[in-house]
Amino acid sequence: MSARSLLTIDDLGSSGIMRVLDLADHMAEVNRRPNPKVPALRGKTVCNVFFEDSTRTRLSFETAAKRLSADTMTFAASQSSINKGESLRDTIETIAAMGVDAFVVRHKSSGAPQLIAGWTQASVINAGDGWHAHPTQALLDAYTVRTALSRTGGFDGLRMAIVGDVKHSRVARSTVQAFRMLGAHVTVVAPRTLLPPDVGDRFADAVTDRLDDLIGDVDVLYLLRMQHERMHEALVPSLREYTTRFGLTPRRAAMLGPQTLVMHPGPMNRGVEIAVDPAELPGAVITQQVTNGIAVRMAVLFDLLGSGGPIAPTTDAATDVTTEGPTE
Amino acid sequence: MVAAKQVLGPDDVRRAVTRMAHEIIERNRGVDGVVLVGIQHGGVWLAASLAEEIARIDTPVPVGSLDASLYRDDIGLRPVAPGAVSDLSFDVDGVTAVLVDDVLFTGRTVRAALDALADYGRPRAVQLAVLVDRGHRELPIRPDFVGKNLPTSTGEDVSATAEGVVIS
Repeated sequence: MSARSLLTIDDLGSSGIMRVLDLADHMAEVNRRPNPKVPALRGKTVCNVFFEDSTRTRLSFETAAKRLSADTMTFAASQSSINKGESLRDTIETIAAMGVDAFVVRHKSSGAPQLIAGWTQASVINAGDGWHAHPTQALLDAYTVRTALSRTGGFDGLRMAIVGDVKHSRVARSTVQAFRMLGAHVTVVAPRTLLPPDVGDRFADAVTDRLDDLIGDVDVLYLLRMQHERMHEALVPSLREYTTRFGLTPRRAAMLGPQTLVMHPGPMNRGVEIAVDPAELPGAVITQQVTNGIAVRMAVLFDLLGSGGPIAPTTDAATDVTTEGPTE
Repeated sequence: MVAAKQVLGPDDVRRAVTRMAHEIIERNRGVDGVVLVGIQHGGVWLAASLAEEIARIDTPVPVGSLDASLYRDDIGLRPVAPGAVSDLSFDVDGVTAVLVDDVLFTGRTVRAALDALADYGRPRAVQLAVLVDRGHRELPIRPDFVGKNLPTSTGEDVSATAEGVVIS
């Protein structure tokens, strides 16, 4: 039986999301200190297993584990025995034999973290698999909105538009799911060719290809990365046309409400989905997303490895409770 | 399950807090350089009450709160329920920090709080104030200021609030 894992946002549910976001507040406080480190996960080992390139997610997880005093190992597929033909399963079992408490997995194939979770006793955290899911991105997005708008109680009534290549985006899948679980109303804005087949009620609350119609009325404008490789698949006529219809241009930036948050999961294609300098947008929280990613990943690691099970509601005089049972 | 037994009433708690406030002032020859740090969850209200009394008797002192859940020695052994986020908005270097908790039992929470406090700076001295000392220490920790020494068995629950102290 495997330990608790975080493969999709479904593993948490709305109460689990709130639990992680509450924990992230504690971790953010740690990160604000001159010495941002706590002994919470001393003796635990976290292994980053990245079969796909990543800068921010890998560094973010590594930093998160270190700030909790866990030991970290990093496995980069490009420098490994994968090149000698070792299978994914053998690779994971080999690393697991060295004593690992959690695997942080990025893989180009949807479902790979799920498979890995079936092969190991360790916790598995999905750090992005194919087009499928990227739950920690969704959590850091939710945390960023929660802190920026002081929405600690949830997202009831929050209006969000998520713009771009929804079809190929694991970020869109997880983030839309998390925001809707917290009560937000999410509209997907994309050309028909970049919509997933299951778009509709199940995926989002509304779908449109007319960004101008709603841009002035949203609380959160979430821009997705336009993946250049989609050009070759002829899913959009040209990058210039994409920018004209779906990019955040200076004209559209002027239509944003004064409080509207502008978000992007990175890396940004400047001049494509975002054709203004985000530093000049008062509502841009793209850097905060990166900063918050560390606190949120600390919260996820602590929730899986340190909490000893689901968190119980606080009882009176919980102080100094020992593991002994009542003796009466 | 034994029936709940009230050991102290609200008036007793108020008197105990007043006495502890006097003792803190007396021990430190005034409250110059003294700060109060309530341990989450139970110590926070007591730190606030002590601060109120100290301000009435002498001069106001800074009050903060500390969540020590990330420093506990039983992480992974039982569910963790952090309280509110730590809030120490003053410099801890060189002060006399009075850690405040409602009930002192095994001493493990205080041990964690000492480690947590050290990550904010180096106090000149740390003292410990608790409303109830119920015994059964598992670590070499003793309180400096005690509202009430209360013999208990390990299986009993002790709750200590401004409304009173209850054993159940």
